Amino acid sequence: MLIRIPDPTEPRGSEMTSERAYFNRRRWLTSTVAGLAASATSASALGAAPGAADAKSTVGGSAAPVRTILQGDDPKAQRLAATPSDLSTIERPTSYKWVTTYNNFYEFGTDKDDPARQAHRLRVRPWTIEVEGAVARSRTFDIEELLRMAPLEERIYRMRCVEGWSMVIPWIGFPLSELIRRAEPTGSAKYLEFITLADPKQMPGLRSPVIDWPYTEGLRMDEAMHPLTLLTLGLYGQVLPNQNGAPVRLVVPWKYGFKSSKSLVKIRFLDKQPVTSWMKSSPNEYGFYSNVNPGVDHPRWSQASERRIGEDGFLTRKRPTLMFNGYGGQVASLYSGMDLTRFI
Amino acid sequence: MRARSQAASGAWWRVIRALVFVCALAPALRLVLWPVFDLAGANPIEFVTRSSGTWTLVMLCLTLALSPLRRLTGWSAWVRLRRMLGLFTFFYAALHALTWLWLDQWFDLKAMLRDIVDRPFITVGFVAFVMMIPLAATSTDAMIRRLGRRWGQLHRLIYLIAPLAILHYLWHKSGKNDYAEVSIYAAVLAVLLGLRVFFRWRRSASAHLPRS
Repeated sequence: MLIRIPDPTEPRGSEMTSERAYFNRRRWLTSTVAGLAASATSASALGAAPGAADAKSTVGGSAAPVRTILQGDDPKAQRLAATPSDLSTIERPTSYKWVTTYNNFYEFGTDKDDPARQAHRLRVRPWTIEVEGAVARSRTFDIEELLRMAPLEERIYRMRCVEGWSMVIPWIGFPLSELIRRAEPTGSAKYLEFITLADPKQMPGLRSPVIDWPYTEGLRMDEAMHPLTLLTLGLYGQVLPNQNGAPVRLVVPWKYGFKSSKSLVKIRFLDKQPVTSWMKSSPNEYGFYSNVNPGVDHPRWSQASERRIGEDGFLTRKRPTLMFNGYGGQVASLYSGMDLTRFI
Repeated sequence: MRARSQAASGAWWRVIRALVFVCALAPALRLVLWPVFDLAGANPIEFVTRSSGTWTLVMLCLTLALSPLRRLTGWSAWVRLRRMLGLFTFFYAALHALTWLWLDQWFDLKAMLRDIVDRPFITVGFVAFVMMIPLAATSTDAMIRRLGRRWGQLHRLIYLIAPLAILHYLWHKSGKNDYAEVSIYAAVLAVLLGLRVFFRWRRSASAHLPRS
């Protein structure tokens, strides 16, 4: 069971929403749900519209949860059912449009709009994740198996890119710990290495030597087991769009975005800390941990503040960046005793 | 007859200059209008920063192309556009610097100073911009007359400014190991500045030839 520990760095709901607005919303929700239920009942009583009857079963009468998960704008996208999570932030999510068109996914090109233009080349079926290294036995998880592995949750997380911008994204997935448990790591497994697909036939970006492909990332075992670390299969109520790392990716919300590997094909359990792609390509710019830290600048820019995409617009200042991206209450204890200006 | 043809060519010249002016100003209109109409993408400030930087380099290349063009084509008219394009180079550089100063840093002097001191790619860009200020300030007829020979010497600063601008762009791009665009600008500028050195060398070489 997850117990929500209030995060001191996160503003409380009551600081943002006036009491009156809160009660107005409750009233609106109650009346809408009641209205929906009533219309569903009358519709099915008339023997019409099976869709309306579905609505009734989804709403489930007066005791039903009133929160629904956010839906994207793409009508063709395959829907993914999930339940809301208490680990979600209450901040306003970045629009579906920006979440799916402003991406860093260098396998499809280094410009922000390259992934949205090129990622249609990615074939997401069949898809498997190989698990090897310090595990009881190497094995392969099929994507269909992953989709049914654990209850899917909607987790609305802040995402802070190392480049100095941020978004709020309604991901859908389940804790990575569910997969780790099933992988049966041995006692010597201290680190995990995550490997992204590298197929030049599907990924035109592999032609440029930005990094030594395939893209690899890593986490310490306790970081990977943390309840916030999400094995992610969707966003905005639908399966992951290709440009966002389909069909399965990682989301580690207290670290810079590049730690959240996309389009995973392999997970290796290791006894030693792996050297990640960015550590190899720019050792003086990136470290293994890469926790969001406003006090440690990138060599080429300050990390003290960030621009929230879609909000911090033309004539508004950047907002201050929070230690551990505002998740310090949940994760700071992972790093107690470590000098985070050295272990970057 | 002759006076009339001169007047006609004067009219043509005014049309050409107006066309060049409008074309050179168009990217600036885009810089302002795209964000206003929400066409500048998810990160409009990044769009303005990058676009103004790109157009500074384009204008710099065009400005420096004019005098080699005069030599290669034999038409002296090219050089008559040089001042306007040179000032457009400064105009886009100023927009680029102002975007950083205002929209990115909000005139936070302490943060700006730290950026300039700590981050080589900003240091270099800033120095290149500051060196352009005297060039723009001495572009009037009066200043050219007043400075005489020294005007030419002063404007050789461009041999420093151009490589610094390239270095600024190169260091900015170094994170992605993506040097395709930088190499193009670097090659163009190297050719344009190299041609000048070559022409000067040839002239001085031919000056020392024994006359028959």
